[in-house]
Amino acid sequence: MIMNLFDILGPVMVGPSSSHTAGAVRIGYVASRLLEDEPVKVDIVLHGSFATTGVGHGTDKALIAGLLGMAPDDIRIPQSFELAKKNGLAFSFTNKTLKDAHPNTAVLKLTGKHGKQLEIQAASIGGGRIMIHKLDGVAVVFSAEKPTLIVYNQDQPGYVAQVTTSLSKRNVNIATMNLYRDKRGGFAVMVLETDQQIPLEAIHMLEQLEGIMKVSYIDTEE
Amino acid sequence: MAYESLQEIITVCKEQDKPFWEVILEEDISERDVTRQDSLDKMRSTWDAMLLAAATYESNLKSKSGLVGGDGAKMEQYQHSAREQSLCGEYVDGCIAGALQMGESNACMKRIVAAPTAGACGVLPAVLVPYFQKRERNTQKMLEAMYVAAGIGQVIAARASISGAAGGCQAEIGSASAMAAGALVHLQGGDCEQIAHAAAMALKNLLGLVCDPVAGLVEVPCVKRNVIGTVNALSCADMVMAGITSRIPPDQVIDAMKEVGDKMDVSFRETALGGLAVTPAGMDAARRVLG
Ligand code: SF4
Repeated sequence: MIMNLFDILGPVMVGPSSSHTAGAVRIGYVASRLLEDEPVKVDIVLHGSFATTGVGHGTDKALIAGLLGMAPDDIRIPQSFELAKKNGLAFSFTNKTLKDAHPNTAVLKLTGKHGKQLEIQAASIGGGRIMIHKLDGVAVVFSAEKPTLIVYNQDQPGYVAQVTTSLSKRNVNIATMNLYRDKRGGFAVMVLETDQQIPLEAIHMLEQLEGIMKVSYIDTEE
Repeated sequence: MAYESLQEIITVCKEQDKPFWEVILEEDISERDVTRQDSLDKMRSTWDAMLLAAATYESNLKSKSGLVGGDGAKMEQYQHSAREQSLCGEYVDGCIAGALQMGESNACMKRIVAAPTAGACGVLPAVLVPYFQKRERNTQKMLEAMYVAAGIGQVIAARASISGAAGGCQAEIGSASAMAAGALVHLQGGDCEQIAHAAAMALKNLLGLVCDPVAGLVEVPCVKRNVIGTVNALSCADMVMAGITSRIPPDQVIDAMKEVGDKMDVSFRETALGGLAVTPAGMDAARRVLG
């Protein structure tokens, strides 16, 4: 695998495992960012190796730390349970075998302070990197390493063009774009990774468009 | 584009009359599209994180399973008190203590620098930090050594693997040891070919090492394997500086490591289904930890 220099010397992280600890922090972090609300309750399902060796690797603490907004090198990760209590985040863990899931998978069901809800399934795929596999029941694939825009819209023609033109008007270059459909719900999830940060006003503008139900955005951390 | 062979790096070094580390630095600048200063700053902060991690070891911590903790302090104590008795001598004993301490810090959820992985995070600091503290307090040179180490790791990752799940522990501790050996040779004034030969020897010596973590945790045997990676790196660097070379060319050694990894049974690749993990004592420990 071709890796950049600081994938070899790095990441700087809290141990013991880049997949079971650092990756788990990222999953929690990305989940809380996607909720776009301060999480007050989370029910977490651990699958595969996350379930069997998760506690030994601090996967549980790492997920909670990420939900509290910590990065993988935050030295408060081992104390995340106490910090969650202080911050009013209630959490639970269950082990469960999921069908066709990556061995290091977690499913997080989140509720935010203002009532927002999100269910996310993500896997830690090695070296601290992650892949999001499901959002609110819709199968998706993205890593959240680049600035990522997620648009929930009604499954009708026209939305893709609206979103892409509005981004190109602001000189934001689209690196990848994928459309995922929820067969039952009749809505679609558009996931766009961009080379530049997306200006906030572009996101607000998209939210105003008719037929667009929800827009989430994660920028990169560096 | 990252280099996919050590020979390519050596060729560039010779053609452009540049040291190994400089070639890797320039590759990073073009690969990540950053300035020279950006790259050096990031390496500096990585080095600082390593130094900080080495300085903040806590001897009273125990890992989640209770299997790991405190040995680094014992070794440090021995290093200072057993000067006459010690076989390796005070300097090497300090390196051994450093390797144990970093491995334990990792197992105890402290902040470390993966190099190239978290499990093998003790090897590189165990050779670099004592060098910096006792031989030459020169930060610029340490950063150069870090570039050398990273460049070697990149080639191994590209040609073979640096993950225990893919290639066994030879890919983690073996790679870390190769990186550390090359870094040491640079610090000792060796040239680009000597750097590659030290890396090759270090990797050869650990070829076939399996990944067999007890209870699937990065604790036993991982912490002490950082020690063999460290001592192996020191001895390979000394061999190279004595004029010894690897009879098998460095890139061919890496390819052999890949072949061995590919043929390695899955029970020896981080699954905790073989080796030390399935010894009676290993199974007992696993039952205690996993309940
Ligand atoms: S035994 Fe496995 S987990 Fe432990 S250091 Fe070696 S490769 Fe990593």
